[in-house]
Amino acid sequence: MPAVSFQHVSKTFGSGSREVQALADVSFDIEPGEFFGLLGPNGAGKTTLISVLAGLARATSGTVLVHGHDVVADYAAARRSLGVVPQELVFDPFFSVRETLRIQGGYFGMRADAKANDAWIDELLTHLGLTDKADANMRQLSGGMKRRVLVAQALVHRPPVIVLDEPTAGVDVELRQTLWQFIARLNKEGHTVLLTTHYLEEAEALCGRIAMLKNGRVVALDRTSALLAGTASTMLRFKTDDPVPAAVARRARITGRTVQVSAHDAAEVETTLATLRAGAVKVEDLEIGRADLEDVFLEIMASAPATLRAAS
Amino acid sequence: MNSTAVSLKGTATLFRKEVLRFWKVSVQTVAAPVLTAVLYLLIFGHVLEGHVKVFDQVPYTSFLIPGLVMMSVLQNAFANTSSSLIQSKITGNLVFLLVTPLSHWAWFVAYVGASVVRGVAVGAGVFVVTWWFAPSGFAQPLWIAIFGLMGAALMGTLGLIAGLWAEKFDQIAAFQNFIVMPMTFLSGVFYSVHSLPDFWRSVSHLNPFFYMIDGFRHGFFGVSDVSPWLSLGVVGTSLALLCMLCLQLLRSGYKLRH
Repeated sequence: MPAVSFQHVSKTFGSGSREVQALADVSFDIEPGEFFGLLGPNGAGKTTLISVLAGLARATSGTVLVHGHDVVADYAAARRSLGVVPQELVFDPFFSVRETLRIQGGYFGMRADAKANDAWIDELLTHLGLTDKADANMRQLSGGMKRRVLVAQALVHRPPVIVLDEPTAGVDVELRQTLWQFIARLNKEGHTVLLTTHYLEEAEALCGRIAMLKNGRVVALDRTSALLAGTASTMLRFKTDDPVPAAVARRARITGRTVQVSAHDAAEVETTLATLRAGAVKVEDLEIGRADLEDVFLEIMASAPATLRAAS
Repeated sequence: MNSTAVSLKGTATLFRKEVLRFWKVSVQTVAAPVLTAVLYLLIFGHVLEGHVKVFDQVPYTSFLIPGLVMMSVLQNAFANTSSSLIQSKITGNLVFLLVTPLSHWAWFVAYVGASVVRGVAVGAGVFVVTWWFAPSGFAQPLWIAIFGLMGAALMGTLGLIAGLWAEKFDQIAAFQNFIVMPMTFLSGVFYSVHSLPDFWRSVSHLNPFFYMIDGFRHGFFGVSDVSPWLSLGVVGTSLALLCMLCLQLLRSGYKLRH
């Protein structure tokens, strides 16, 4: 049985002339123990899909199951299986960190005075570097610490499925590494993880399988390795102050002085370099490397909106 | 743990959290309303004592106390649910509750239960402080308990409805200042409605707050403007209707879930 199953999920907001379709017939499963990435540009529908999963929004049509429990008809069982880390840094200013975790655990049936539950909270605080702040009011914490408390709140009731909605947005490098090591460890211990992120290098490093959304539709769904193998596999990267010939610029990503051009094979690499030579482009810091997930993502997003690349 | 135990524990947690929320700022939520009520007593008692007699054998200051107690109960029960919900919605931390397995019944029982606790706590505080100015007995204490608890539950439920409906602090303030406050002030807290002209007496009888306060006061003096059984019927019916509306709004996810 899948850990999470989206079955023909559609969601519209508004009505009449102001109707917006946020999700259109989204269907895919996430198997138990997977580390699954959900990618897409802003407005693609990632947060809407997670909101439907978590019960924060109701699908206009379709079904979502968590370990076989319908998130509407059997919402209590579904939500007991889910731990959700929201995107926004929100907190209740009346309580300390420990109180916050005891309350959150209590909502899921954990007794605040039970030694085992307090021991688990202590363990969470230790792993997330919050022991010193256990009795501090949430208002007194830095943004990074509040972000860690959000993760702890999602985990306090030991859910088998963890959903993270852009958990490292605005977070410094050190905290990002800490969080990812912790989440990766949880995944190794058997938790299913569903992640949305704009940091594609992290999705590439952590996610075994990825779905890409565009305009509310799934436009790619495959193992990460297969997605990387299925597109232009080579990337030329160089810097130049000269204008790039149109034949190369059409295929390139140009950011300031940095130019990135994909190539399918060695012959295409040679053709690109020849075009640059012919255009008297002075090339600096030339690198020829493997295409990464960001390159795959941009190529897929540039394709037709409803194109679906399914797992082979 | 089976699902019923989880549900009960979750409800108890939310109830405790809502009580703790107002208790942590008790200077603002309990002490301040007590002081306000005492000031009303001092000013109105000083101005009107000896000039106004409402019930035979009952001095005006004594008459005023139950009304002030009940007014404090009603206003603070309303404030507890409405302020808690609107704050959580606007700051965004309501998400922590929305992702839990708590049912709409759990939400209702916990939020309204906590509002009753705050209303009764403030009312008790007002009574303890003001009793020193005009000690009186309890003619029929059961009516005090019935109307005190039902009134608090009714206003807690109304506060929950207002908190669900409102999208801005301004809307809650408008609800409080243009509906709750006028209706409590014009319900016979400071005067007996039988002293009003016929027309305004009839208008007062359309105000459900009047029945809560009149029935509550009956518990102190054994006399009231209308029969406590009539008051019980009106308050009970109002409470039942509000409860049904509130539960339906919670069940449908009105303004909580998109």
